[in-house]
Amino acid sequence: MTGPVTGPVTGPVTGPVTERGLRARVTQEVAEVIATRRVGAYQHITLVAPGVAELARPGQFVALAVGGESSGTLLRRSFSIHKVSPSGTYGGTVEIVVSAVGAGTRWIVDRAPHDTIDVVGPLGKAFPLPTDPVACVLVGGGYGSAPLFWLAGELRERGCHVEMVLGAASEDRLFGVVEARRSCDGVTVTTDDGSAGQQGWVSDVLPDIIDRTKAGVVYGCGPMGMLESITRVADDHGAVAQVAVEESMACGIGVCMTCVMPVVGSDGRTRMVRSCVEGPVFRGDRVRWDAFDGGHARVPDDAVGAPKVGGH
Amino acid sequence: MVDLSVDLGGGHRLPNPLMTASGCAANGKELHRFFDVSDLGAFVTKSVMADPRSGRGTPRMAETPSGMLNSIGLQGPGIEAFVDEDLPWLQSVGARVLPSIAGSSSTEYAHVAATLRASRAFDAVVGVEVNISCPNVANRGLVFACDPMASAKVIALVREQLPRDVPVFAKLSPDVTDITAIAAACVKAGADGLTMINTLLGMVIDTDRMRPQLGGVTGGLSGPGIRPVAVRAIWQVRQAMFEGRIPTVPIIGVGGVRTGRDALEMVAAGASAIQVGTVVFNDPSAPVRVLRELCELLEAKGYDHFTDAVAVAHGR
Repeated sequence: MTGPVTGPVTGPVTGPVTERGLRARVTQEVAEVIATRRVGAYQHITLVAPGVAELARPGQFVALAVGGESSGTLLRRSFSIHKVSPSGTYGGTVEIVVSAVGAGTRWIVDRAPHDTIDVVGPLGKAFPLPTDPVACVLVGGGYGSAPLFWLAGELRERGCHVEMVLGAASEDRLFGVVEARRSCDGVTVTTDDGSAGQQGWVSDVLPDIIDRTKAGVVYGCGPMGMLESITRVADDHGAVAQVAVEESMACGIGVCMTCVMPVVGSDGRTRMVRSCVEGPVFRGDRVRWDAFDGGHARVPDDAVGAPKVGGH
Repeated sequence: MVDLSVDLGGGHRLPNPLMTASGCAANGKELHRFFDVSDLGAFVTKSVMADPRSGRGTPRMAETPSGMLNSIGLQGPGIEAFVDEDLPWLQSVGARVLPSIAGSSSTEYAHVAATLRASRAFDAVVGVEVNISCPNVANRGLVFACDPMASAKVIALVREQLPRDVPVFAKLSPDVTDITAIAAACVKAGADGLTMINTLLGMVIDTDRMRPQLGGVTGGLSGPGIRPVAVRAIWQVRQAMFEGRIPTVPIIGVGGVRTGRDALEMVAAGASAIQVGTVVFNDPSAPVRVLRELCELLEAKGYDHFTDAVAVAHGR
């Protein structure tokens, strides 16, 4: 494989909102690892990927191939982009935060400096930014906080007051507390076990922060259960939730149809939409949280084309 | 320079034998960001049925050794939206299209084929692939492709709906006792060619939760792990054609092709065209890479024409 290869921008798209992501440019490049370091329970990896670095916006993600050209692990692993430096010493770089949970992510975490990884990106829709300088609360669960520091910088440049809430099961599963203090106007930390910050969940502290800052937008990234509770709290306190979801994906580029979830469209109808191209950022109140249960997302009965018969 | 062109029937000479595989490439826009989809011999679209379908709940996939299991449930926009939006877009970028059609009854297949024929972008269609690996509602959900009679009925009805210069390809399932019997039934019913193979039915148990990993319980196994099954199926059917048990028609090989070598292997077994499917998830530009690699291999082996390599492994 030779990189970077930059695909052409697709022709005029007249379809529904679901097609918008397909006009954005994307590249595939063989990226060199130039730095990798342990941060608590996670690995923070810096890749030389100038094509991705130039195009990416906060909230977008990259899909990494695992194990080289003849690897038996075929499916890419997707990671939200923590940071980009379009014109660094090494050319443009992209940073990601990885949690080694299986053989594929372990392979990525084990890469040493100068090893290469095949990267496709940037993928998905970015976080929408407010046009007015409204107060925002950014909520990250575990390493889900990775894209939020970059987002915080962009929001503050627009004059927004930015506060961050970082939550995790325990202190070693928090990511970016120091960086949060540097990049935000206020930081609140929660852990389930009380090993850092306030004991409890992000949803325990979020209502007061929204009320105190009169926040208009709550951005969230983390496990689905947390995103659901962020959405509920934001709704109750007059803020809009924008959440970046985590769904398992086979391709990340919109062709495999495995990462779907039920989301209400602008016409009020629920569809099973691809979180890789129509997300990963969705308005929280558009997600059909009622359909999620213990790792399953069922098709709501009122969804467009809800099943009658099977077939694979 | 090797002549890569191939005629799969109907007088539509394709510039090369490489195609996407149905359900692994959506309907073109996504992959067009990585390569020009008109560079392919043909673009095979995701199986389309009469009405919009949401598909199944999630999880819809499980990774397997050198492959994956999927249970999508034929999510799609329905044939009306397909002919209004997807097919005209493919035509606008100059793609040659091999639409894949599906149904839960033989009349649904015929309806989908008729709607396709009546559409304004039908000129872009160089053939129709019939996905017969769907449950037949009229026969307690038994998959059409597992029953020679049901397969033949679908193919005959679809054949009737389409002009003679548009070849019909039956996509066969390997999950049968004798694939040559199904192949023979399809060709006798009017199939102008065969696509082999569809996924194999498989299952994965999530041992953390001690329950089936897929929301749909079972799913289709695909990827390089199934390639030897595809090569075997192509070989057996091509052998039956040599022996006169099945009239000779072109075979489109599909199942785990990752490299030019893999494509050449299927060609030597009897395939006149090659589809690249699941490997696209690993490498979005795989179809054009495989084409380039295949071309280099043919050149290194001294072939002037791609078609000279088809089925050469037989009798050696």
